[in-house]
Amino acid sequence: MSTRDLFTLHNSHFRIGVGLTAAILIVTAIGGFIVLPFAQPWVQFANVWDAICSAAGLPQRAASVTAPEQTRRLSEVVLTSNTLARPSQEAIGRGATLAQRCAICHGPTGVSRADSPNLAGQYAAVIYKELLDFRSGARSNAVMTPFATNLTDQEIADLSNYYAYLPRLPAYHPTPQLPKPNIVIYGAPMRGIAPCGSCHGSLDNKAGSPWLEGQSEAYMKAQLQAFASGERRNDISQQMRNIARAMTAQEIEQAAAYYASQPPDVVKAVD
Amino acid sequence: MLANRKLILAHFWLAFAVFGIALTLGAWQIFIRSPIGTWLSNPELYYRSLTAHGTVMGYVFPTLVAMGFGYAISESALEQRLVGVRWAWAGFWLIVTGSIMAVIPVALGRASVLYTFYPPLIGNVFYYLGVVLVVVGSWIWVALMSINLRVWRKAHPGEPVPLAMFANVAGSYLWAWTAVGAALELLLQIIPVAAGLKATIDAGLARVFFSWTLHAIVYFWLMPTYIAYYTIVPRAIGGRVYSDSMARISFILFLVVAMPIGMHHTFADPQVGAGFKFIHSAFTALVALPTLLTVFTICASVEIAARLRGGRGLFGWIRALPWDNPMMLALAFSFVMLGFGGAGGLINMSYQLDTSIHNTQWITGHFHLIFGGAIVIMYFAIAYDLWPHLTGRELTNLRLIRTQLWLWFIGMIVTTFPWHWVGILGMPRRMAYFDFGDPAIAPQALSVTFSVIGGFILLASGIIFIVILARGMRAPQAEAGPYRFAMAVHQPITVPVALNTHALWVALMIGLTLTNYGYPILNLALSEGTSVPAVYVGAQ
Repeated sequence: MSTRDLFTLHNSHFRIGVGLTAAILIVTAIGGFIVLPFAQPWVQFANVWDAICSAAGLPQRAASVTAPEQTRRLSEVVLTSNTLARPSQEAIGRGATLAQRCAICHGPTGVSRADSPNLAGQYAAVIYKELLDFRSGARSNAVMTPFATNLTDQEIADLSNYYAYLPRLPAYHPTPQLPKPNIVIYGAPMRGIAPCGSCHGSLDNKAGSPWLEGQSEAYMKAQLQAFASGERRNDISQQMRNIARAMTAQEIEQAAAYYASQPPDVVKAVD
Repeated sequence: MLANRKLILAHFWLAFAVFGIALTLGAWQIFIRSPIGTWLSNPELYYRSLTAHGTVMGYVFPTLVAMGFGYAISESALEQRLVGVRWAWAGFWLIVTGSIMAVIPVALGRASVLYTFYPPLIGNVFYYLGVVLVVVGSWIWVALMSINLRVWRKAHPGEPVPLAMFANVAGSYLWAWTAVGAALELLLQIIPVAAGLKATIDAGLARVFFSWTLHAIVYFWLMPTYIAYYTIVPRAIGGRVYSDSMARISFILFLVVAMPIGMHHTFADPQVGAGFKFIHSAFTALVALPTLLTVFTICASVEIAARLRGGRGLFGWIRALPWDNPMMLALAFSFVMLGFGGAGGLINMSYQLDTSIHNTQWITGHFHLIFGGAIVIMYFAIAYDLWPHLTGRELTNLRLIRTQLWLWFIGMIVTTFPWHWVGILGMPRRMAYFDFGDPAIAPQALSVTFSVIGGFILLASGIIFIVILARGMRAPQAEAGPYRFAMAVHQPITVPVALNTHALWVALMIGLTLTNYGYPILNLALSEGTSVPAVYVGAQ
């Protein structure tokens, strides 16, 4: 008997093999797509087809339920490791001119005396993302929003490149260096908190995460609290909101105080 | 008739060399994140090591063992010289090249993405290309196994294919098809992003593609072990296979139901519909069937050996078994670990029960017990059994071999049982660090410490294993005779065409893949807005 005879209904192995497989598939499909959806008393289906679509994972919205209105804009910035890579000297020069309007808060050398972030030597991708978010409304601030609203894409890129180009200088509010608190190097695994240092330097750096060494303690604390309350929400995957919500008030204090006490020249040289 | 001994030895040596390295990394990992290790303060080093450990143990090591053993089976079971030896060497060198290409970015910390890739995490493109080369190298083996069987069939029309080769080719077809999922994920999704052509990736779709590979790959790892159960153990302990047909049915059942079940890895994933999860769960239950058939047949085969040796009574025959024979010992250990691991697996595949242990250390315990335990211990047994035939020298120190097997068994139990336990307590997996000073997890410190001890017992056993094989290369020469496989009680004279060919079962395997994966994949691929920005490892 050759293989050709195998794929005929005369062959009992074919009949049994295919028949049993099909039967199991049909029974499990009826179970998974019809019986079990209706076995959930808390879910209402209009008809069988509705239940099947739901079990198949087809995204659908029942007519009776209105979509929650999106009241606040979400961040739409996509960062890659190539974002703003290798800027030209002209771009940095244009950025320097534009940056004069930022100096009042962020300092003429990119180091702030006003509890605003120090921008000198910050990663270009970080400034780029925040400016775009301020412009789109994904992040809002009474002072920053008006500045960002009228910036073009090109101006935002130039500003980012300029500040990334500046040398990292010690801040005006140096404090004695503190030991690394647990939250920075270990996080809190049982509460799902990754170590701060695994994205913000000290251990590793992830695209879009600023280095924090020497930044204003008051500013960092305020941002963590804003993430925790949901007031700030331009972290795309909610990573900072989830972390900040799970942090204790003491951990927020510790993390902010620790990073503020570090000189910026210890930023991990990975760039 | 083993003509291409060098080819087979090259596969085995490379397999066991990389296994030794990955085992050492594993022991370091389990130590460094335990209460008795001092934390490095750098999780990246841990994930780097974990990526290397997983990539070697998941892709390189078992694939090389299956390939080397497959070539040995093809030559000795079919009693014909391997057709396509040059291609076989080409496949081997592709795997060598791929492994080196993959390991360099991993060692540099540019691809700490774990062997399961986990998009949107994206590592260096050469890591993925290396993995692709390893898979392509193994596909050459798949083709060669099929071609060699075809050549043999032409010369022996109508004769039953020897069981070892029948199972070997079934394993190779299973691998060919199951690797397609990860290949699609790599080629269509990950590599374009890693190469910088795209910046976003549909992580949900990638996980579905990977589940296509991730579960059936386990049965590919398992194939050499099951082939050893059926075709080596009964011969080695002086018995016969209880039923040749039952063996064939087990292997074709693996072919059919190993594939359409991978979504039980995505029970917690929102992008897959609940109906498909249920179907996959039900089919996963079916995969217990060939294992239960195998346990029955092998116990019966072992009983035959015991009764031939004068064993009496309902259970009294167990004492009559040749317990000083390493093959007997390996089989018994393998079955015990398969039993515990299989029982744990039934919990993983149950839609509801899974929620209590999903993504916990239980899962790590489960796959180490099944793969590292039940499967790998038979890889050792296969190597011990084949070595004299490959080297032309005898392995004389049976005592050391038994010690090695005992240590592996004890080490694996001591490692994985506490892992299961802390998993039930909620310890998450894939964590680089645990603060055991925290009262919430302090009670788990003792269990974790036990598993560290188990890890070092495993390392000791692995070192002894490599020492035994290395010493075997320099032992006095002794002719081992032709390599034979176990005979059945009733040697097959004619076999129905369905049990002598793979076509019907391969067709069912592909058909079930289409029914169980087709819609979820199409749905995700065609939906808008399902991609997320890639997260590049080590990027600024």
